[in-house]
Amino acid sequence: MTNLRAEGVSLGYDGLRVIEGLDLTLPDGKITAVVGPNACGKSTLLRGLARLHPLDGGRVTLDGADITQMPRRELARKVGMLPQSSIAPDGVRVAELVSRGRYPHQGWFGRHSSDDDAVVTTALESTGVAELADRPVAELSGGQRQRVWIAMVLAQQTDIVLLDEPTTFLDVRHQLDLLDLLTELNRDRGTTVAMVLHELNLAARYADHLVVMSAGRIVAEGAPSDVLTREVVDEAFGLQAQVVPDPVAGSPLVVPVGRYHSGA
Amino acid sequence: MTAVSTTSVTAIAGLRAVRRRRQVLVVTGMVVVVLAAGTGALLVGAAGLTPGQAILGALGIGDKGDVFIIQLLRLPRIEAAVVVGAAFGLAGALFQSTLRNPLASPDILGISSGASLGAVIGLLALGLSGVALSGLAFAGAGVVALAIWLLAWRKGLHSIRFVLVGVGFAYLCSSLVAWSMARVEENEAAAVLVWTVGSVSDIRGEQLAFVAAGTLALCAAVAVVSRNQGPLALGDDNARALGVHVDAARIGSLLLAVALVALATSAAGPIAFVALVAPAIARRLVNDGGAALAASAATGAALTLVADVVGQHGLLGVAAPVGIVTGLVGAPYLLWLLATNEKRSR
Repeated sequence: MTNLRAEGVSLGYDGLRVIEGLDLTLPDGKITAVVGPNACGKSTLLRGLARLHPLDGGRVTLDGADITQMPRRELARKVGMLPQSSIAPDGVRVAELVSRGRYPHQGWFGRHSSDDDAVVTTALESTGVAELADRPVAELSGGQRQRVWIAMVLAQQTDIVLLDEPTTFLDVRHQLDLLDLLTELNRDRGTTVAMVLHELNLAARYADHLVVMSAGRIVAEGAPSDVLTREVVDEAFGLQAQVVPDPVAGSPLVVPVGRYHSGA
Repeated sequence: MTAVSTTSVTAIAGLRAVRRRRQVLVVTGMVVVVLAAGTGALLVGAAGLTPGQAILGALGIGDKGDVFIIQLLRLPRIEAAVVVGAAFGLAGALFQSTLRNPLASPDILGISSGASLGAVIGLLALGLSGVALSGLAFAGAGVVALAIWLLAWRKGLHSIRFVLVGVGFAYLCSSLVAWSMARVEENEAAAVLVWTVGSVSDIRGEQLAFVAAGTLALCAAVAVVSRNQGPLALGDDNARALGVHVDAARIGSLLLAVALVALATSAAGPIAFVALVAPAIARRLVNDGGAALAASAATGAALTLVADVVGQHGLLGVAAPVGIVTGLVGAPYLLWLLATNEKRSR
């Protein structure tokens, strides 16, 4: 049981406040999706939760303990984070990249143990990239590459995994693939997943807990079917939309109206 | 997510062993080059010695003249080239991997010129030598590094501005070195060569022992911090998410690299391009996406020694100091790197 929680956090860049006094608890063992318009602070919030961005106020706690009081390596054994658009170094191969996820578990001289090999192998297999182990990362397709990065975060063996827009640059089939993979992780290992997503309907379908943000604050949060109403979509995105049940999953499906096609 | 089969774990372990073997192979290859070039340099020269005379001379027995030639002329020069080359190669690898920019090597960024200027000031104005001289070289290199940091850092690691500011400092420091040399009354040609292009021909005795011991100590320190290089190469955010104190790790690596450059430069001057080229060759040979630190040090040693042998024995038509030869090899590489850099960056 690990609980990551933001308590009255304020975040910003160079004096420009993006988020002011925000509270959020990631439900343990669930998938949380954070959605919101561009520049609403959702990525900044995730970075703050992972201690990639300094807080201007408030605190982030893991099981009640302030994460800034924790050694970074200890935090990295409990909370994994995949930042937006990571770039692999030239020439690095899949297995080597994934094995860098073992860093927080290794001692001073960074020697790999046979345990590390087993964890790396599991991570490669559960993300379906085991047969690519000896391939240079640069030669892979976008979908494969994203799986490799997720394998690296898995090799970190954390109870909580944060992902900043993991589906960006993927076509719709690979987006579904990736979200299915994260669902498997969540169900099979009980990993708490929190991710920033752009695609509202996929977020509503895959998340247990949906957080809608706008202008640095949380507009609504809860089960997607409770949260994603036309009022909330209007408030957060300034968008007229109809919300109907997703014929496949039953989750809310946002159908935007726009200016030219409103005559039903 | 079923249990992992032992065969696939063995396969992953096997891949790791292959990469490791490749690193060892590259280092071994460079050591062989060093041994071959070193043997050649011991035997070839104005005083033609037979292999037997050379061995006896190296051991300090045999003809007094032979012992003098081997122990005081040829052997120190070889050792100096190896030590200084390894220091430059390792420093270059640290700079390039820590800053994630193949152009960000201490010679391009003016760190070497800063060290050279510090050493020249120490030598000419203050009459220093040994540890104090290296200290002043370190101060010179440190001042340039700090100035680049202050002027260009916020623009980002990959910014061309970062390199351009460094190039500006390189010119400034080289000009100041040349100016200081021009003001010296008993203007020795050899000293000018050391501080403007770099030479290993006059490093021996205590100075050599000091540089060698210092380089060895710094190599050991680098070995301790080197485990950060893997996560750091994935970018600041990934490195932090993996538990690295990014700023501390980066400053630590750069300080060690600056110290290596300062130590080598205080003895041999700013030998051009070794710090830029050696890591690039090493990384290409090792090709595992790592920083190739050990391979870079070995490549730097091999490159510098071979360049010195080539220069010393007049293969260019005249006897030239090592820095001229490395410049002739390194400059085209730099041009090639600049021409292809656009394509390589994704």
